[in-house]
Amino acid sequence: MFGWLRHRSADANRADGDTLVSMAPGQSGIVLDVRGGHRAVERLGALGIRPGKRVTKVSAMALGGPVTVEVDRSHVAMGRHMADRVLVQVSGR
Amino acid sequence: MRILLMGNPNVGKSVVFSRLTGVRVISSNYPGTTVGYSEGRMKVVDEVAQVIDVPGTYTLDPTCEAEEVALHMLQMGDVVINVVDATSLERNLFLTLQLLEKDIPVVVALNLWDDTKHCGITIDVERLRTELGGVPVVPTVAVSGQGIKELVEAIACARGGQHPARSRDERWAAVGRITDAVQTITHRHHTWSERLSDATVKPASGAVIALGVLAASLWVIRLIGESLISYVLDPLYQAFWLPLVERLSISLGGQGVLHALLVGRLVDGAVHPVESFGLLTSGVYVPFAMVLPYIVGFYLVLGLLEDIGYLPRLAVLLDSGMHRLGLHGYAIIPTLLGLGCNVPAVMATRILESRRERFIAATLVAVAIPCASLQAVIIGLVGDFGLEYVVLVYATLLCVWLVLGIILHRVTGGFSPELLIEIPRYRLPVVKAVLSKLWGRVRGFLMEALPIFFVSVLAVNLLYAAGAFGVLARTAAPIMTKLLGLPAESVVAIVVGFLRKDVALGLLAPLSLTAQQFVVASVMLAMTFPCVATFAVLVKELGWRDTAKSTATMLASALVVGAILNAVL
Repeated sequence: MFGWLRHRSADANRADGDTLVSMAPGQSGIVLDVRGGHRAVERLGALGIRPGKRVTKVSAMALGGPVTVEVDRSHVAMGRHMADRVLVQVSGR
Repeated sequence: MRILLMGNPNVGKSVVFSRLTGVRVISSNYPGTTVGYSEGRMKVVDEVAQVIDVPGTYTLDPTCEAEEVALHMLQMGDVVINVVDATSLERNLFLTLQLLEKDIPVVVALNLWDDTKHCGITIDVERLRTELGGVPVVPTVAVSGQGIKELVEAIACARGGQHPARSRDERWAAVGRITDAVQTITHRHHTWSERLSDATVKPASGAVIALGVLAASLWVIRLIGESLISYVLDPLYQAFWLPLVERLSISLGGQGVLHALLVGRLVDGAVHPVESFGLLTSGVYVPFAMVLPYIVGFYLVLGLLEDIGYLPRLAVLLDSGMHRLGLHGYAIIPTLLGLGCNVPAVMATRILESRRERFIAATLVAVAIPCASLQAVIIGLVGDFGLEYVVLVYATLLCVWLVLGIILHRVTGGFSPELLIEIPRYRLPVVKAVLSKLWGRVRGFLMEALPIFFVSVLAVNLLYAAGAFGVLARTAAPIMTKLLGLPAESVVAIVVGFLRKDVALGLLAPLSLTAQQFVVASVMLAMTFPCVATFAVLVKELGWRDTAKSTATMLASALVVGAILNAVL
């Protein structure tokens, strides 16, 4: 129902490859890069989202809500803009 | 000796703390409750040591206020007990290595040790000890007390790991190497709690579950509240307390100043538990037999939801909606707390990062979130006319919360940061921990609310005797009658509501208002000044200027909404 949201942001980032936003729920991938300020990178890294880590997308809330991912068997939820700055090499379901 | 308890948020640090010191502290699943800190004392060998529960931190390169506090406290400690979540070793060891790079003795507590089995994780404790440079490593299960004795014994053997200073990337590489060396993970299927966990953060199933949780919570709170009232507290009052008061009333001759203060007015020649408004009648019946039962029910349910770990999921679910109000999903926690008492709710707005968010959240709580005392008034008075009127009051307040939030979001400067939270695993609540937290909160209500309650009842009776209320009613009459359609005397209840909302109950009761008037009066009571205790924490948390803005907002919105309700009904 809200697929158009996902597609639109996926298009915006196509040149860079996938992000946590453009991944589909259930897909996994390896984090390639985390873009953003020092605090955001440090904090995401502390929660397990840093280059080289394998992440699995659990869900994305409707209406531009947060994205939940599984990393190291724990769950992390982050706002949509932050999720869109985590670049991922998608490796299938 | 000063011992610091340090670790990531949600690793059971506060439980370890209360095990070590025997001091009861509130420990819950959501990060943020321990900003600020607790301290206690414990015995190490023959020495009494000071123990400090440092706010949860992921890193010593601070990324938020709590981590700055943690870093600052590190400089004051002699020994660090690093509490580690054994089921999330990799993430936790980052902080451990940072601590070992500092020149301070460390003991590592591998907490949640029992959960490693359920998760299919095996950790070679001896190997971990060697890898960390020989610091003691003790597996613990803080909730059951397992390993705590060994942990205390290990404090004497605490030592620095003499690790070289590393860059962030080097440290993560070292963490990865150590984790691979000491931990084996056997693959296993998702447990029911993980499936449930996924379902609560998916849009459709999450919404259904949230509605179910809400409905179940309301049902349980009402069940507990009403059962306590009709089977325990009201019978106790009728059987034991009332006869004493009646005897007192007769021996005082049924009139006079002392009678007015202690027993109050007689209604149709009899002592009335609510309307008499004496210290020994309404002053006892209202707080104990009307408000306390709902306080108990509310805090029991809230404590369970906290300890199960549901609240962070609710925050994720509501995040995009809350952004329309200039808040992120985490602001739902102060909001929920506000349904119990606005005082801890306003204090809990500290978990929000920006000043703007704290202002919006605190103002919305003070204006549109009715506390348990106020809800007891609403249910007790408006409920007599039928459920639809109670629903009307709640629906109005919900609309106010939404509309005011949208307006504040538009007009308040500054920005609101995005949500970023760890969602802890579901845990079965520990009965003892839930009950001790409940007792702490109920005791808080009794200690803080009751004195103000008694003083308010006393003050109202004295002012009434002095004729001050007649003047007040005449002055406010145009607003009350023309704008709000209420009798002039009800201004007294609304003003007294500034002291305590539940006191106002006894003042509204004898006015024989219609259902519509009760709806307007309830909404006005909810939206105008918060009680004096809430006002005090508002000033403390927001400062005078923002409190003044907040107060202006509530007065303006209360009059507008009251006038609209009066016109529509």
